[in-house]
Amino acid sequence: MTVDPFVNVEGLSIDITTARGTIHAVRDVSFTVERGKTLCIVGESGSGKSITSLGLMGLLPGSATRRAARLELGGTDLMALGPRAMADVRGSHMAMIFQEPMTSLNPSLTIGEQMAEMLTRHRGASRKLAFEKAAFWLQKVGIPAAATRIDQFPHQLSGGLRQRVMIAMMLMCEPEFIIADEPTTALDVSIQAQILHLLSSLQRELGMTMIFITHDLGVVSRIADDVAVMYGGQLVETAPTADLFARPQHPYTRGLIDCIPIPGKTKPGAHLGSIPGTIPSLMGALEGCAFAPRCAYAITECRSGKLELTPNSANQSVRCLHPIGGAQSLAVTMEETE
Amino acid sequence: MTTKALLELQEVTRSFAVRDGFFAPKKLLQAVRGVSLKLMPGDVLALVGESGCGKTTLAKMLLGTLPTSYGEIIRGGSGASARTRKERTRQIQAVFQDPYSSLNPRKTIGSIISLPLRVHRQGTAAEIRKNVVEIMDLVGLPPRFYDSYPNQLSGGQRQRVAIARALVLHPEIIICDEPTSALDVSVQSQILNLLIDLRAELGLSYLFISHNLAVVEHLATKVAVMYLGRIVETGDARTIFADPRHPYTRALLASVLSPDPGAGVPDIQIGASFPNPLAPPTGCAFHPRCPLAQASCKTEMPPNIQDASGSVECHLYK
Amino acid sequence: MSDVSESFEIPKREAEPWRLLVGRMLHHKGVMIGGLILVVVVLAAVFAPFITQYDPLQQSLSGRLQPPFWMERGSADHVLGTDHLGRDYLARLLYGARVSLLIGFTTALISGSIGTFLGVLAGYFGGRTDSVVMFLVTVKLSIPTILVALAVVQLVGGSLQIVILVLGLLLWHQFAVVTRATTMQIRGMDYITAAETVGCSTFRILLTEVLPNVLNQIIVVLTLTMASAILIEAALSFLGVGVQPPTPSWGIMIAEGKQHLFFKPWLVMIPGVALLVVVLAINLLGDGMRDVTAPEKR
Repeated sequence: MTVDPFVNVEGLSIDITTARGTIHAVRDVSFTVERGKTLCIVGESGSGKSITSLGLMGLLPGSATRRAARLELGGTDLMALGPRAMADVRGSHMAMIFQEPMTSLNPSLTIGEQMAEMLTRHRGASRKLAFEKAAFWLQKVGIPAAATRIDQFPHQLSGGLRQRVMIAMMLMCEPEFIIADEPTTALDVSIQAQILHLLSSLQRELGMTMIFITHDLGVVSRIADDVAVMYGGQLVETAPTADLFARPQHPYTRGLIDCIPIPGKTKPGAHLGSIPGTIPSLMGALEGCAFAPRCAYAITECRSGKLELTPNSANQSVRCLHPIGGAQSLAVTMEETE
Repeated sequence: MTTKALLELQEVTRSFAVRDGFFAPKKLLQAVRGVSLKLMPGDVLALVGESGCGKTTLAKMLLGTLPTSYGEIIRGGSGASARTRKERTRQIQAVFQDPYSSLNPRKTIGSIISLPLRVHRQGTAAEIRKNVVEIMDLVGLPPRFYDSYPNQLSGGQRQRVAIARALVLHPEIIICDEPTSALDVSVQSQILNLLIDLRAELGLSYLFISHNLAVVEHLATKVAVMYLGRIVETGDARTIFADPRHPYTRALLASVLSPDPGAGVPDIQIGASFPNPLAPPTGCAFHPRCPLAQASCKTEMPPNIQDASGSVECHLYK
Repeated sequence: MSDVSESFEIPKREAEPWRLLVGRMLHHKGVMIGGLILVVVVLAAVFAPFITQYDPLQQSLSGRLQPPFWMERGSADHVLGTDHLGRDYLARLLYGARVSLLIGFTTALISGSIGTFLGVLAGYFGGRTDSVVMFLVTVKLSIPTILVALAVVQLVGGSLQIVILVLGLLLWHQFAVVTRATTMQIRGMDYITAAETVGCSTFRILLTEVLPNVLNQIIVVLTLTMASAILIEAALSFLGVGVQPPTPSWGIMIAEGKQHLFFKPWLVMIPGVALLVVVLAINLLGDGMRDVTAPEKR
């Protein structure tokens, strides 16, 4: 895709062992992110998007095994790092923003103390300097009366404010890279808009690279430069945002876009598009395309063998035997290579 | 207007006494403050608002599981107190948000759906079973699920069970409290389509509570916007979406992020401070966050202005 | 009419809640070992007349204090020997098991009923009801169980029924605490609100919606209370204020055997080991049930 991507993931697979069998949560996922750009990983529950991000950050549970041909961040090979080195990378170069700010913040420390700790621990700053920076960042993320907030405890703040504190805490170290996993899903609609606005403007201002995980295609369209769509543990399509929405190639992507009511576009009161069926199980020998059972265009070949992610233009790739739009040329290419 | 409203709320209020700490005196939490609304037959009235606005408390009062502190709920023409509990439950039922907590994990699907029939003693066991299977077919559940347990069903299927349970007494009104918020996108549309079909087929009216304005725009015929216990704007769905009047409504609509590549995220400028329901702001509850606030907004309660297109409670429209 | 195709997979039979529970039980070592031992003991107690032909009350002054068969001078006649009145020890052990198990089980049921009743009410209604019940629990916790049992039995006289009644009234607090916590959790579930919405009476909700979901927790406390009851009964009988002789009870057997502790240790050790094994088995079972019914596994 690009010459020197900041994030380079190739062939990432993650299995999770449970009492009932092995779950193939992530299967052969590859993507890259250019420096300073935002990649959105979109998927529904069971798509493997969160596990992928945990795999990238090295925060997988003990029952998980991770394999990758390549897993690089800013040139560093993450597969080669041990747990302690990985923790260092996370602390100083990565910012992580999760869905539930209450569980990410320590309830027994004040906001100021937690924020200051980020700097004293990872940047070796003095306590005085750390607190000053904390106050500065609280104001920057738009928390009113920052000077009083700094001495408050997390439970004294509302959900939206807590998430802003998380963002401030994470960005204080001026990391090069952010991973945000559904950071606004638990928040009210108006707060969500504010947080997203804040996040994308800060990202641009500081030139950070961002991976944003969500199920909300509307959010994706507004903040992503590139999109990666995941289904059933597989990456089914990647494309620049505008291209993805204008010309979705994979039937799942198309189905997903058709499901959403769009004020002004979809006819009120009429049926919305829908995808029949439910999310597949990820256990056992998995063959062919994960989406085939629900796909209106599926053919016999879709249900067996291994499908590859094939590029079909400068920056678009799709894992499908007959993508919609450009179907014929691609089908012919597939037959030729088989 | 000779059509009688199915449901009419007049100045409905609900307060809770809460203790903010062991030794602190009890304070009054006004969850719902003087709400007046009308639900006409065939309406899909969307109740829109964010957390803490009181919409769930209002729903509970409508269902009869929570008494009002003040105000009247007039059902189909007669006062609420005139209706027995049984009559009320046959007029209005509900579908809740969380498909994972709305079904008793120890009961079979058949038992869950038939509960209303058994409580109201509607027929013999055989008749009840037949009724249930019919309803299951109506909501798209195969009859073989009758003896299954909730943990064997997916989120979308569970929500269908919840809908079936709400329908089995043939109510006139269904309160849908965020019925699709906990579901995946591809399943959401299935359930929304089902709700649309059921309304057409059974002549239902919905009170649709949601914070997802795209869904509301798609489904609703009328909209009521709620903020900190008060209704700040009502109107026809088309009118409200085309021309929102209250600044909060405008902010909410601006927050809807529809798929629009390149449009970026709008800055909706309503400030980050969330109001404390125990100590609501003076005057208009929205004034601390309102980009158009004037001096009077802080001191005086805004008047409730009614006109042809609905109502709005704001000093700007005096 | 609508999307029936949404539901592709046939629901698996093995996934029904009680089947899952039984499956987990069968794989848990503690449950299996404890359960097995308990089953053996129960069967032995029930079929006592078929295992030994002796009457536990039949004395034989000529055959006193015979040692068990594995020792010198022991015989296969009296497999576990005889006590100071010539009564067959195996018979006394087996019939004594009946006493222990009966007391354990009945006491657990009585205290379970009282405790569950109070706990569910407290958890469901909250407010003042909750305060009252919690006060009662606090009072109960401050009462020293054995001392009270002793005092009551001294006043009223000891017997099987008295012991069961007294213990039943003294061991309910654990049930109350556990069921209260679970009920409070269930209270917030939407299916309770749905039942209210549908017009279910409170009584019906408590019985059909709340209770089945509290059952798992009750089973755990039931088993552990049984163990406590058995131990306390043994202690009371040992002190002479429980079951009265000549009824066989392991506590009494220990009391009567203690004067021969150094020269004829089996008189104390046999009932002692029996107590140990039964209580251990019950505890293993109870702890195992707690693991198996824990929410994380659901």
